[in-house]
Amino acid sequence: MPSGQLFTRGLAVAWLSVIVLIPLAAVVARSTEDGLGAFWTSVTNPQAVAALKLTLLVSVVVVLVNAVTGTLIAWVLVRDDFRGKSVVNSIIDLPFALPTIVAGLTLLALYGSKSPVGINVAYTQVAVLLALLFVTLPFVVRAVQPVLLELDRDMEEAAASLGAGGLTTFRRIIFPNLVPALLAGTALGFARSVGEFGSIVLISGNIPFDTEVASVFIFGQIETDNVTGAAAVSVVLLAISVLLLTGIAALGRWGAKHER
Amino acid sequence: MSASAAVATPGRPSRIGLRLVALGYLALLLALPVGLVFYRTFESGVAPVWEAVTTPEAMHAFYLTCVMVAIAVPANTVFGVVCAIVLVRHRFRGKNVVNALIDLPFAISPVVIGLALLLVYGREGWFGGWLLDHGIQVIFSPVGMVLATIFVSLPFVVREVMPVLREVGDEQEQAASTLGANGWQTFWRVTLPAIRWGVGYGVVLATARALGEFGAVSVVSGKLVGRTETLPLQVEERFQRFDLTGAYSAAVVLALMALVVVLSMNLLKPKDRKV
Repeated sequence: MPSGQLFTRGLAVAWLSVIVLIPLAAVVARSTEDGLGAFWTSVTNPQAVAALKLTLLVSVVVVLVNAVTGTLIAWVLVRDDFRGKSVVNSIIDLPFALPTIVAGLTLLALYGSKSPVGINVAYTQVAVLLALLFVTLPFVVRAVQPVLLELDRDMEEAAASLGAGGLTTFRRIIFPNLVPALLAGTALGFARSVGEFGSIVLISGNIPFDTEVASVFIFGQIETDNVTGAAAVSVVLLAISVLLLTGIAALGRWGAKHER
Repeated sequence: MSASAAVATPGRPSRIGLRLVALGYLALLLALPVGLVFYRTFESGVAPVWEAVTTPEAMHAFYLTCVMVAIAVPANTVFGVVCAIVLVRHRFRGKNVVNALIDLPFAISPVVIGLALLLVYGREGWFGGWLLDHGIQVIFSPVGMVLATIFVSLPFVVREVMPVLREVGDEQEQAASTLGANGWQTFWRVTLPAIRWGVGYGVVLATARALGEFGAVSVVSGKLVGRTETLPLQVEERFQRFDLTGAYSAAVVLALMALVVVLSMNLLKPKDRKV
């Protein structure tokens, strides 16, 4: 039995090393291959800084919008009742299943230069925001929804019978219970936004210093054979990912403790 | 129920207001854009669409997309179950690191994943030169694209199976081995039947991701039309060539595949999970 255990463990570690660890190690190694000075020059290149700034800024906006709309949609799906609710509930997962390039194309069809409603945001920062809102839509909804379902209604009824209005009940009773799930959902959405590529390439126009996000910048550097520069900015994104994952894991432990 | 619902939820007008805002947001962001692409695709009938999806390049892209899924998903299923068992049932040092490693593909930009593979398997990469000398081309060939697809769809099966394994516990497995079953028999007769729904759900999610992967595959494919072009790459290539009908048609094929995936998600969704 122990030898069998050792074998499966070795298999798992070997698989993860070959697929994930070694390639990522190569990125880190390449970024500092020409010394830390070269790494710093690549990361502080104005075009890279502009791309990183835009990426982080838009991702923060995405988080804020998602926190509100995601909670609202989850609330409507749990507490409201209307015909076709189950259909609405299933299309929430569509952004997870729809290929990102198709997501970009669909948004461009409605909000691009050939828009039938006359709204053209193509090649603007609004387009980047729109694409990110599309692909991150399910995260907050799917994180908050189960918590709302499990929530004990007694507390709300008590609050209401003590004279609290709908908004006060939500703010004082419902919202505090949603916080761990809300944070986890928005953090996942943030991580997704920071790295997103496919849904953005068509609709953003990829204009340097304007609508070029970090992923697109890295892609451009690879295409023009500046692999070290690409690796350096990749390391920044990697660091953000690792930081976020660590935060989400800590949040999960805190949430689990919070429930007890 | 109705009395308690009346006090626990806001009044009817504000409830309808919230409903309209939520549905309006979903319509503007999701339903209308997707609906419009379907409408635009079939605007001038089915014939041009059929023509666009049956060109040799389109057929090859569809075939290659299926090949990606057919290799990446089974590989991730087998190793995903192994990883889940190791992470739930074994205790060893460094387990937290392994656990964190599994989530990384969720959080990393696909372009970074492509770059990583380039740096390992490219001509000047860590193993690329040696592999090329032995006649194995990874970058700018389907081999690298498969590796990219495996990378991005790696976490799904592991993450769906782990909670199920925790839930079922290991008493039955221990009983089986007490009765003389070896590790292999215990896995086939006890563990696998218990986790099969989790595996199924993970497979569906991994399939969705593998079907649509764009960024990572784009970096390593070299975008050689008719050779290393998958359906998502073809959408972009046709769009850049101003072949809108072609791009929309390829997109609709992918969207229909995604729709099948969403439907199976709802069918397979674990019973105890409410959403």
